[in-house]
Amino acid sequence: MSKILNVEHLGKSYKSGSKQLTVLDDINFSIEAGETFAIVGPSGSGKTTLLGLCAGLDYPDTGSVEISGTNLGSLNEDERARLRNEKVGFIFQNFQLLPTLTALENVVVPLELQGAKNPAKIGKELLGKVGLGDRLNHYPSQLSGGEQQRVALARAFSNSPSILFADEPTGNLDQDTGDRVVQLLFELNQEAGTTLVIVSHDLELAQKCQRLLRLRGGKVISNEVLVES
Amino acid sequence: MAWRDSKASGSRLLLFMASIILGIAAVVSIQSFSENLEENIAIQSKALMGADFIIDSNQPPNDKVLAIIDSLGGADGRSVDFGSMAVFPKTGDTKLVGVRGIEGGYPFYGELETEPAEAAQTYQESGGALVDATIMLQFGVKQGDSIKVGNTVFPITGTLISAPGTSGVGALVAPPVIIPYSEVEGTGLIQVGSRIGYDYYFVAEPEQDLVELDEVVDPQLDIENADLDTHISTAEQLGRSYDNFGKFLNLIAFIALLLGCVGVASSVHIYIKEKLRSVAVLKCIGATRRQTFLIYLLQIAGMGLLGGILGVLGGLLLQQSFPLLLEGFLPFEVQISLVPDALWSGLVLGVLLSVLFALMPLLNTWFVSPLQVLRVEENGYQKSRKAQLWVLLGIVLFIFSFSYWLLGSGRYASYFVLGILVVFALLGGVATLFMRAIKKYFPVSWGFTARQSLLNLYRPNNQTTVLVLAIGVGTFLISTLYFTKDILLAQVSLEASEDTPNLILLDVQSEEKLEAANSIEASGLPVLNNIPIITMRMHQIKERPVRELILDSTLAMNRWVLFHEFRVTYRDSLVASERTVEGTWPLARKSDEIIPISMSDNVAADAQVKLGDTIVFNVQGVLMETQVAHLREVDWARMQVNFSILFPSGVLEEAPQFHVLTTKAPDALKSAELQRNLVRKFPTVSIIDLRQILMVIEDILSKIAWVINFMAFFSILTGIIVLIGSVRTSKYQRIKENVLLRTLGAKSKQILRITTLEYLYLGLLGGGIGIILSLLGSVLLAQFVFEVSFVPSGIPFLVVLPGIMVLVLLIGLLNSKSVLQSPPLEVLRKEGG
Repeated sequence: MSKILNVEHLGKSYKSGSKQLTVLDDINFSIEAGETFAIVGPSGSGKTTLLGLCAGLDYPDTGSVEISGTNLGSLNEDERARLRNEKVGFIFQNFQLLPTLTALENVVVPLELQGAKNPAKIGKELLGKVGLGDRLNHYPSQLSGGEQQRVALARAFSNSPSILFADEPTGNLDQDTGDRVVQLLFELNQEAGTTLVIVSHDLELAQKCQRLLRLRGGKVISNEVLVES
Repeated sequence: MAWRDSKASGSRLLLFMASIILGIAAVVSIQSFSENLEENIAIQSKALMGADFIIDSNQPPNDKVLAIIDSLGGADGRSVDFGSMAVFPKTGDTKLVGVRGIEGGYPFYGELETEPAEAAQTYQESGGALVDATIMLQFGVKQGDSIKVGNTVFPITGTLISAPGTSGVGALVAPPVIIPYSEVEGTGLIQVGSRIGYDYYFVAEPEQDLVELDEVVDPQLDIENADLDTHISTAEQLGRSYDNFGKFLNLIAFIALLLGCVGVASSVHIYIKEKLRSVAVLKCIGATRRQTFLIYLLQIAGMGLLGGILGVLGGLLLQQSFPLLLEGFLPFEVQISLVPDALWSGLVLGVLLSVLFALMPLLNTWFVSPLQVLRVEENGYQKSRKAQLWVLLGIVLFIFSFSYWLLGSGRYASYFVLGILVVFALLGGVATLFMRAIKKYFPVSWGFTARQSLLNLYRPNNQTTVLVLAIGVGTFLISTLYFTKDILLAQVSLEASEDTPNLILLDVQSEEKLEAANSIEASGLPVLNNIPIITMRMHQIKERPVRELILDSTLAMNRWVLFHEFRVTYRDSLVASERTVEGTWPLARKSDEIIPISMSDNVAADAQVKLGDTIVFNVQGVLMETQVAHLREVDWARMQVNFSILFPSGVLEEAPQFHVLTTKAPDALKSAELQRNLVRKFPTVSIIDLRQILMVIEDILSKIAWVINFMAFFSILTGIIVLIGSVRTSKYQRIKENVLLRTLGAKSKQILRITTLEYLYLGLLGGGIGIILSLLGSVLLAQFVFEVSFVPSGIPFLVVLPGIMVLVLLIGLLNSKSVLQSPPLEVLRKEGG
């Protein structure tokens, strides 16, 4: 198997008043293609910052991130956007759907940005898979939280990403809805053979993954293999 | 609490406030300047007139008038004035001028401002002329050159810069030339039919009551076709005409203020919507409705007061610029001073309008339920519908009261309020309909960026309607002004047809008629009209002598007809500008019958006569009994020789008369050549060059349009502030959208394109609706009010619309800079970040 994500000596700090606050310090790990990977840690441990750096949403102070062998540090903003559009999928805690677009339109946005032909076909298919085939033309405000997250799931897979980052995907959902979304996430992921990176403080969810990275105070405290792939 | 809460949202409140600053500045500056103007007219009224009072007449004063003048201690100075062609022998150029022959120490107040200054005195002794500065410049004439008026050649003693009583539009058409009174006779220009004004100037005794003098003497002079004007009455009259223009500008400023208020209402709406949860929390922990309502009411009132103060300060600055803006309209220099009333009204307007327009959204705090802490409910809005209607009524009442205060007429204030409501409702309504239409017939085949930018107009908390309103009202005002100028010009413009004259020869004596016509034809031009003119006055109307009618204080007819010297012609056919309303023309007449005449419908209405009524005319001493046999509608706006009274042929042929000849010169060169030729041969003939008059009118309209545009620009500026406020209000939403798109892989170019297109749509929508509504309004105005065919100018479409679109785009992009540059990491920050 090849490495899809490689993180080396990653460090990030922010200025807080007159002090320099180190959020991430010398983080090293790599993920193989097709793996499911969880990053866990308490609030303020640097999980979200790490996710942002891995997805090329932010710039590290030290170290490097490679996705599919491409060093993100060598790309400008538009090149990163292009890489995200082609290889990365996202799921957010607060769904992040565009309120002016219908469910179907939201799902096909990544394809539209690529200029893909007939994106609606893919969109309808994906919405069918997440059980929203009859809600294609509903706006986010007309959908429940669980339904909105399922739309976000469909969107995350619409561009057939190589790697999918999920930031607290069940954080805003009740237990039952959350379970249903997680089940769907893993099903779709298996079907598409995508690498899945989940950031969560929910250990139960994290333990569904093959590997688990524990963070505390911006440092890796363990990198465990839960299930041999 | 109000203060603490506002500190946290200070910068947002500042933007709300900015919406009304410009409107208040505009209202305060115009009110202050109008007041200054009125004061200055009163202070400078003597200098404007040059005397305390004047007796004037359009005919040589008869014995009775002379007796009245004597009884007043005799005039201290006198003058005659008339229009005439002047020739500059140096270049051979000719020009219609207003000649004024002055005797005595006139002006007694103010001064003849000349270059060199001593020329104002020396021209009397040297028998020279003072010539208007503009014509001196126009024809390259200098002091020491000469000017020929009638039969006399005068040395030019000096350049006339200003003189009491010689300003206004008349002076633009026929610029003033002053000569000594004693030289007038020699010019040979005082002849039968010449339009000559005789003025007698008086310096009053210090204790003399001029108002009483006016009341006692003026009616006596009226009977003798003369008139008395005091500096007080003249100042009042002048004040009234400027006051009307001031009121008009004030209304435009008020529109800018109202537009700002719409911005306030919309911003407060969004502001309060975000605060509803805090209000619910406050209510949960025991705050009363009154307390929570007052927290925000006080914030808004404070904002209004601050807006009022800044607006007043801006208004004071602007007030200083008005003398420059209105240069050319004002007959004197205006001293600027503080006007406390205007300053107070600015402050009151700031607080009152902010509160009134913010009340509607503020009401939501009153009706919000503490339950909303647990979940957001929308039903609070329904409960407040009745209260909203009251607020709406309050707003309409306030607009009415303020416009009533400005206009002093309930009828006009109602029209204004109605007009405002219609324009705002139409703009808002059309914008809403358009948005619905876009939603219904959404262009699904468009590319992603084009579609996404269109969809942004519907984003949550969008202010599309308010923006369209702000952009639309500004565009509507500016383009309506352009179109109205077009309509006014269309009214006076010369028709291009072959037989439409553009040169009119006035005061052609009977013996000169044939030779003048020959001269015109000899220069290869046609004589289009040869119209005889006979002057006469009404002597008896419907069996009642005019002298008796003058004394009748209960008289309902328009009194001017009693004193007017009518210029009448005779012919048996109607011309293009005339249309029969009643009766037939010409009427067959037997020699012994009463003479049938035709009257224009407006004069008949003023004289309160109808078909069949009799009028006796005094035709230079001969009484002629006539009967109104035909009524005509006359298009007075056509620049041609029109008549209110027509006689049939065969009656007036032997009466003393003079003639008007008309011709059409193909270009300015040919026209100047003919004028030079005619003036040389016929020094007493005046020539009106309609082409030049049209240029003067265009120039005046352009100047007026410029001032009005300046005021309308405040609406545009207010619109811009509302635009900035709205862009900032939706900034968080925009950042969220753009960052999300960027996270999903959108390139900078794609995001920039979405934002650019969104503002272009807004500009096009607002500007387009504004121009279309203004076009519709102007077409209706042209058809029903001015009754002219209207070909709209391309400027609003070619300049105003693209200009507005570019402006909206620039403001939008500049204010979205931080949105465009937000790093994608923001998407990982939690709600409310």
